Amino acid sequence: MTIQATDFGLAVAAIIFAAGLVGLLVRRNMLFMLLCTEIMLNAAGFAFIVAGASWASAQGQVMFIFLLAVAAAEVAVGLALVVFLFGKGKSLELDSIVSGEER
Amino acid sequence: MDFLWLVPAFPLAGFLVLAFFGRGLRGRSGGVVGSAAAGLSMAAAIAVSIAFAASGSSGYTLTLWSWFSSGGLASSFAFRLDALSVAMILVVTVVGFLIHLFSIEHMAGEEGYPRFFAYMNLFVSSMLILVLADNLVLLYLGWEGVGLCSYLLIGFWYRDPANGLAARKAFIVTRVGDVSLLVGIFLVAQSLGSFGIQESAQRALASWPVGSPTAIWAAALILGGALGKSAQLPLQTWLPDAMAGPSPVSALIHAATMVTAGVYLVARTHVIFSLAPPVLLAVGVIGAATLVVAGASAVVQTDIKRVLAYSTMSQIGYMFLALGVGAWTGAIFHLVTHAFFKSLLFLAAGVIINALHHEHDIRRMGGLSKRMPFVFWVFLIGAFGLTALPPVSSGFASKDGILAAVWESGDYWLWIAGLVGVFLTSLYTFRLLFLVFGDRARDGRARDGRARDGLDAAGHGEEGPLPTHAGMAVPLAILAVLCLFGGLLDFPSFLGGVPFLSAFLGGALPFSAAGGASGTEALLSAISLAVTLAGIPFGRMLARRSAEALRAGRSEPGFGAFLKKGWLFDSAYAFLFQRPFEWIARINRRDIVDRASEGFGAANLSLSLVLRRSQTGRIRLYVAALALGAALIVAAAVFL
Repeated sequence: MTIQATDFGLAVAAIIFAAGLVGLLVRRNMLFMLLCTEIMLNAAGFAFIVAGASWASAQGQVMFIFLLAVAAAEVAVGLALVVFLFGKGKSLELDSIVSGEER
Repeated sequence: MDFLWLVPAFPLAGFLVLAFFGRGLRGRSGGVVGSAAAGLSMAAAIAVSIAFAASGSSGYTLTLWSWFSSGGLASSFAFRLDALSVAMILVVTVVGFLIHLFSIEHMAGEEGYPRFFAYMNLFVSSMLILVLADNLVLLYLGWEGVGLCSYLLIGFWYRDPANGLAARKAFIVTRVGDVSLLVGIFLVAQSLGSFGIQESAQRALASWPVGSPTAIWAAALILGGALGKSAQLPLQTWLPDAMAGPSPVSALIHAATMVTAGVYLVARTHVIFSLAPPVLLAVGVIGAATLVVAGASAVVQTDIKRVLAYSTMSQIGYMFLALGVGAWTGAIFHLVTHAFFKSLLFLAAGVIINALHHEHDIRRMGGLSKRMPFVFWVFLIGAFGLTALPPVSSGFASKDGILAAVWESGDYWLWIAGLVGVFLTSLYTFRLLFLVFGDRARDGRARDGRARDGLDAAGHGEEGPLPTHAGMAVPLAILAVLCLFGGLLDFPSFLGGVPFLSAFLGGALPFSAAGGASGTEALLSAISLAVTLAGIPFGRMLARRSAEALRAGRSEPGFGAFLKKGWLFDSAYAFLFQRPFEWIARINRRDIVDRASEGFGAANLSLSLVLRRSQTGRIRLYVAALALGAALIVAAAVFL
């Protein structure tokens, strides 16, 4: 059984996604968590490219452009939040921020 | 005749103005606005009637707009002008306008003065919609509208809980009939495929054989509605309590117009009733029973308005009796004359009650013929109309016409019941007259009674005259004139009269009760006249006895108390319906139906207690749960 290029690409996308997810779960620093969501988004984008190539369709790449736009907007909002939270608590440790607010 | 819509539109506009801007109106301006709306409506009604008579057509339909239309059934805002509705709108607007005019002065200074006129205008508008409606759904709209206004106006002095109770009683008891009417309308529409009164009548003639079960059911259900609205047995119990409202309300709603809506309804759907002979017979029997039952109760009442209320039930009984023997035009004729003399009597009673500072007990009155001569004369005219005594033509022509028609129909026992009613009418009317206006002996009693305290406080002399304000005297005088000459509309032919009204109504109603031999008619008329005259001395005797009973502090004897309480119908209904209902309410204090919805709420509450533990605020936990859930969904999609 030969490994198809598509399968291989999707497997890579899944690995990147899993890496992003694990990073999101284990990291406590908000900056890194944002980075991890970017990684997951890019994994999805990669899966689009692979699928588009597999069906010889441009739609996969079009979707990736959209994804980039969404990611840019998300980063803009996310970084603004990070800057704001850092200004408030001088820390980006999420758990301490949450528990601090609960107190 | 295109401006027919103006007739109900004017009072409706008056209602809207008074309802939204009534608070800003000072003094009597609210009454002026209300009366102007009623007056314009009367002018429009007269103009449209003249145009109708001039055109010579038998019916004219004005469709304003389509109301709804679904699956072949359609109902539109359409007004039907024919002889019957012309007669009705003239009565409603003329009597309505006069009562509005009277109320400007009579209700002056009352709390909620503009509110009173707003309700009155809404009532006139609803009543006009009722009588003009071309289809049963629009008729039902007016039917419920007048019921609502009746409720609002009975409870006009809502600060007294007793008035609110009377209003609710009227609403609930008539509601029993209203539901019956509604089901009847559904049956007609379902069976004949049309709400239109004209179409359904034609289709009924084509598809229902005489005496078919459907026709009988439809007629019986419609009759149920008419019985509730017109306070006939067995739904009559609300009318005496409805006297809690102001006197003009009793005159307009509970004497002249709304309570006669049942008579109008039966006349309007007469085709269905003539296809159901057993129901038609029931109409006559119920009418005869009511006129005797209510007349007997009127004889022992001590509240002036309750006497008149029982008298109204009794007179409507005559109208039902006429309908029952197929004398459609006779019933409408009596409706018209009754509107004149009974509203006159109620308004005069209102003047008396106000002059004596809200004294309702006729046994405490007396000698008023000297103190209120004008009111005495108009009251006398009304009373002569009620007892069908000449020279007042109203009741004389219409009631004798009904009795003659009943005699012609061959149901002699119905005629005997009618004659008993004539005697009872004479009894209670003259008892009332002698007690209120009669000899001076009871003046002394009036001095002992509450009336005197009020008079002294007001600074009037005990024997001094009680003048009637011109604003109230003029409408009373006009009504008295209508009462004197109203009977000439359809005067019996053996006295050289011309049957103008029945000829006119012949355009809309079959004139089935053809006048018999004029000799018979004259004889019947003479018999009822003799019976009435025979009642006068007995009325005087009863008056004296009631006055003596009050002086001796005796209460009514057993049978009198039974009659006074309206044959104990209220107690019977309390036992049959109210008590079981209260018993169910008591054992079902924690409502079974509520359990289902309460259980739903309790389940939600406990679920939320469990689920809120998951809301920890730990974002990474949320992410993990999200990822796990997504993985599970994907796994389910792939492997299942």
